[in-house]
Amino acid sequence: MRILLGRWQTWAGFGTAAVVLFGVAPAVLSDFRLSLLAKFLCFAIVAVGIGLAWGRGGMLVLGQGVFFGLGGYLMGMHLKIADAQLRGDDVPDFMQIAGVRELPAYWEPFASPTFTLLAIVVLPTAIAAALGLGVFKRRVKGAYFAILSQALTAALAILLVGQTSLGGSSGLNRFRTFFGFTLNDPANRRMLYFIAAGALLLVVAVVRQLMQSRYGELLVAVRDGEERVRFLGYDPANIKVVAYTVAALFASIAGALFAPIVGFIAPSQVGILPSIAFLIGVAIGGRTTLLGPVLGAIGVAWAQTLFSERFPSEWTYAQGLLFIVVVGFFPAGLAGLGALFKRRRRAKLVAPTPDPEPEAEKVGAAT
Amino acid sequence: MTSPKLEPVAGGNVGMGTEYLEVRGLTVDFDGFKAVSDVDLTLFQGDLRFLIGPNGAGKTTVIDAITGMVAATGLVSKSGVEVLGKKVHQIARLGVGRTFQTASVFEQLTVLQNLDIAAGAGRSPWTLFRRRRGILPAIEEALETIGLTELADKPAGVLAHGQKQWLEIGMLLVQNAVVLLLDEPVAGMSTEEREQTGNLLRRIGGERNVVVVEHDMDFMRAFATSVTVLARGHVIAEGSVAEVQANPKVQEVYLGTAAAGAEGIS
Repeated sequence: MRILLGRWQTWAGFGTAAVVLFGVAPAVLSDFRLSLLAKFLCFAIVAVGIGLAWGRGGMLVLGQGVFFGLGGYLMGMHLKIADAQLRGDDVPDFMQIAGVRELPAYWEPFASPTFTLLAIVVLPTAIAAALGLGVFKRRVKGAYFAILSQALTAALAILLVGQTSLGGSSGLNRFRTFFGFTLNDPANRRMLYFIAAGALLLVVAVVRQLMQSRYGELLVAVRDGEERVRFLGYDPANIKVVAYTVAALFASIAGALFAPIVGFIAPSQVGILPSIAFLIGVAIGGRTTLLGPVLGAIGVAWAQTLFSERFPSEWTYAQGLLFIVVVGFFPAGLAGLGALFKRRRRAKLVAPTPDPEPEAEKVGAAT
Repeated sequence: MTSPKLEPVAGGNVGMGTEYLEVRGLTVDFDGFKAVSDVDLTLFQGDLRFLIGPNGAGKTTVIDAITGMVAATGLVSKSGVEVLGKKVHQIARLGVGRTFQTASVFEQLTVLQNLDIAAGAGRSPWTLFRRRRGILPAIEEALETIGLTELADKPAGVLAHGQKQWLEIGMLLVQNAVVLLLDEPVAGMSTEEREQTGNLLRRIGGERNVVVVEHDMDFMRAFATSVTVLARGHVIAEGSVAEVQANPKVQEVYLGTAAAGAEGIS
């Protein structure tokens, strides 16, 4: 009965989300706002992965910009080649300006859409798995892991700035088509929004399954007592690497959608700042929950657009302050606040059954 | 094993296919300081062995060495399989389990989830990525044994101190550990909880190799079938409770320490 009810609730939840994303939003939002929302949905996809790796797995992934950028650049390269081929040129426009006559060898495979889509999935997965195994097997964790992941994202951003064949600091931009569809056409932009919305629902469904499976329970156990899990016969590195890889894959998919939706991908989307920005929404929304990161990421991105137009510099401070307040005083985020109120109201009726949340916030020390 | 419930006895319930733990010349060297030197220990299934000794005798270090937590030299074999040199999780999978002085259950997870995780090493990805449905018979049995059936759906964090230790022992049972190394399981427990823990050890000790590191001499006298005494990293005596108590070396070690007055051996 409880399972049946739970299942019903799940379908109702997904149904409502689908109605809002596919029905209400396109009906009430202008094309411009819908594009903005599509961008926020990309951030939300990254956030879902961070919620799994950080909230449930205790890995403070401060470098998701690496995988976001990877996905974005892989997609960007394909779009640029496709645009050039459509015009009958050998090389993309920015290369022509730079005086490059021949397509660099590493660009060539990305003329194939199939290869590009495969690369967007396979490359970040492989990199994250290799990196994760190397790091977690050596028992690098906590602040050391956070610093390492942040250093990687900084390094990639610097590397990209120096690559003239990838557009240098301005990155890849001015995409005209997306797999044959003109990006100027509002209908096609709307299609991109639908793809992002569908991708978000899909990643939420995947993470939901992971969280509720035995693996999800094990991941929480590793977060709260890695050594203890070892003495039960598991290698915690293998458990962590799965969540880390899933988060990386989601970031890559989000980056690959971000590029055509926003119209560019640049080193500024890869470095430390965007990587931290991904975290803020997750922390505010509630990192241990399924939907907290989604709503947090969309909410923060929306607030940023709203306020940074009017108060560009103040917003940065406000965002930083919000982050500190949430991490310092409401480690479970807004979702945790909601649960707290609910618990208080029910306190007299039933015993509380807490969500598996970390006992204390340990951003620097032991997460 | 046909006899339903075996009581632990000195020397163990030896028979065909008896599991055993054999330690020879175990030495742990912390940068020149020998915390444990040349320890020998033989333990057959069904023997409830207590490992006692003054503070700093190296009791916990012996457990750490056997479970792979600290590097050690010598020979440790579990029923003929070499243990030393393997990684912690590999040793655990061989059937060597341990508890810690401070109960370390997963407080955010329920009692049932704790046990399910303990029972799950070696699960296939297919099983792992699906939801837990129902309760494994082994877990049901362990819940019964440790007396936490009623609390199965409670988060482990709300359990009383004693119940957490029992849950840890339950986790070793479902983990299918044959060698159970318990580090001060009754520390901080009430008299009643000690009694219950002792009876629990009696129930599970008949068919397993249980080693209990303990400070509490009354507890040892009540439940041990055999005793090994460590002092300054060496084994100084081994035998039944009576034999060990009569041993002049043991009396000397215990009388020579400050704690002797409070928890002296005889």
